[in-house]
Amino acid sequence: MASIELKNVSYTYNKSLPSKITAVDDVSLKIDSGITGLIGHTGSGKSTLVQMLNGLIKPDQGEILLNGNNIWADPKKIRDIRFKVGLVMQYPEYQLFADTVEDDIAFGPKNMGIEGEKLNETVESAAFFAGISKEILKKSPFELSGGQKRRVALAGIIAMSPEILVLDEPAAGLDPAGRRDILGGIKVFSKIKNTTVIIVSHSMEDMAMYCDDIIVMAKSKVIAYGTCSEVFSQHELLTSTGLDVPQITRIAAALKKNGIDIGDDIYTVDYAVDKLIEKYKK
Amino acid sequence: MSIVIKAENLNFSYPETESTPKVDALKNISFEIEEGTFTAILGHNGSGKSTLAKILCMILESQTGSLTIMGKDVNSENITDEEIMDIRKEVGMVFQNPDNQIVATIVEEDVAFGCENLGIPSVEIRERVDNALKEVGMYEYREHPVAKLSGGQKQRVAIAGVIAMRRKCIIFDESTAMLDPIGRKDVLNIIKKLNREHNITVILITHYMNEASMADKILVMNEGRIVASDTPEKIFGDPQKMWDIGLDVPQTTEFLYKLNHYGYSFPITVFDPEAVAEIVSKEFSSVE
Repeated sequence: MASIELKNVSYTYNKSLPSKITAVDDVSLKIDSGITGLIGHTGSGKSTLVQMLNGLIKPDQGEILLNGNNIWADPKKIRDIRFKVGLVMQYPEYQLFADTVEDDIAFGPKNMGIEGEKLNETVESAAFFAGISKEILKKSPFELSGGQKRRVALAGIIAMSPEILVLDEPAAGLDPAGRRDILGGIKVFSKIKNTTVIIVSHSMEDMAMYCDDIIVMAKSKVIAYGTCSEVFSQHELLTSTGLDVPQITRIAAALKKNGIDIGDDIYTVDYAVDKLIEKYKK
Repeated sequence: MSIVIKAENLNFSYPETESTPKVDALKNISFEIEEGTFTAILGHNGSGKSTLAKILCMILESQTGSLTIMGKDVNSENITDEEIMDIRKEVGMVFQNPDNQIVATIVEEDVAFGCENLGIPSVEIRERVDNALKEVGMYEYREHPVAKLSGGQKQRVAIAGVIAMRRKCIIFDESTAMLDPIGRKDVLNIIKKLNREHNITVILITHYMNEASMADKILVMNEGRIVASDTPEKIFGDPQKMWDIGLDVPQTTEFLYKLNHYGYSFPITVFDPEAVAEIVSKEFSSVE
């Protein structure tokens, strides 16, 4: 799988003004497999970090390495990096523009020079992973429901076959079934296409369900990075930075206070039930 | 308590266009909302929630059925334009995207906008705007540019605008969906305060089951119909039914429900995590 690494990366907005804000402060980390969740409350620096991953923002200090190569080694080639690191922004459905769903999905690969039969294959395969049925390919994207539009926008990025896929709040505003569809589709895509995925989200419940690893940002720094259980077991750290832990994690913490210890790594309901029954049932 | 909104057999369809067929968004909707209550509306995308909200604040007009708002039959042929304007003055709405409902560049000007359109004397507007901003905790920001606020802060400014207009009923159409956990908590606390302390009738459309659990009553919509209408305890008391229509229950309820598969009989509609831990530990500590 493709890897992306940050080495002592910093970025400051309004550098020469009194209102300067350091959004990312000396961050080093490496992501090289599976699905990684990036959490942190508004203003923690996660959006800035994400925009640096595909070269939309150039770090003031430090290096960003894609598969070991500095992405800014030759600034003229940064466009290639944007094809390799696909970024799905927040509310991407507002960025649809083409006459048909098909054309919208094809826009990215076309710009990469893919055409003819290969282009059709690419569009169909991207539509498949995003859960778009063939019937709607010929429709206008503006006739679709919010959830469908979101999937079209996602397909547009998947169609460029990025080595690394970055998604900013992919499930925001969707109902529970819509969230499961889109996040489940991303998981399948990551597995089958062997693609490293980074998801930014506020929803701890979703992150717990779909991510392998979690990175927590607060005040421009990474304050925790590990597997879901390693990170969610530090619920005091999470709550102190203004993040919400899943309700089930709070239940487990309260149970522990009452002398029922089912472990610190509780973040899904099924796991909590299993642990409790295994340890305490007569 | 008096009934503020009474709907009987409401229907609404979006007409056929060149490329889309006719869509029946609401099918025979009937319900009542009492003054000063907190009602949550659940349902997945496309279930008709937002269409209903738009009808209640008279942005859209239902095609058949009867709708009485504040005692006036809004579907009657005899209703005058003035009466429609009067009803619009009673029911306010806060939308999902904070950026779609900000009209001015400075916080206090934005809050004052609605009042100015109502022709309220400027001295009174000043007073109403200050009070509304204090109510949502944004008074210190009154002279800030709106563009520099966070999503949660913008949403609080939008709510202040509705408060300043003294609406008796406020509809929140997924007003917390785009906010981070802190912004969501702030907005929810304001919604609860408006309802409990100021007796404002609240209708909250949401995808978050734990938000819905705070309501007095929940309406569940599916494919344009109201499929259930009851207290949160009754609605979440049947998790399978919610899962069947693609909705969820709070994790507290899911946890207790799944524990009951092992022969326990916990009450499943407890929504506070600490309270859940309390009842569960009583059962399990006696085991050890």
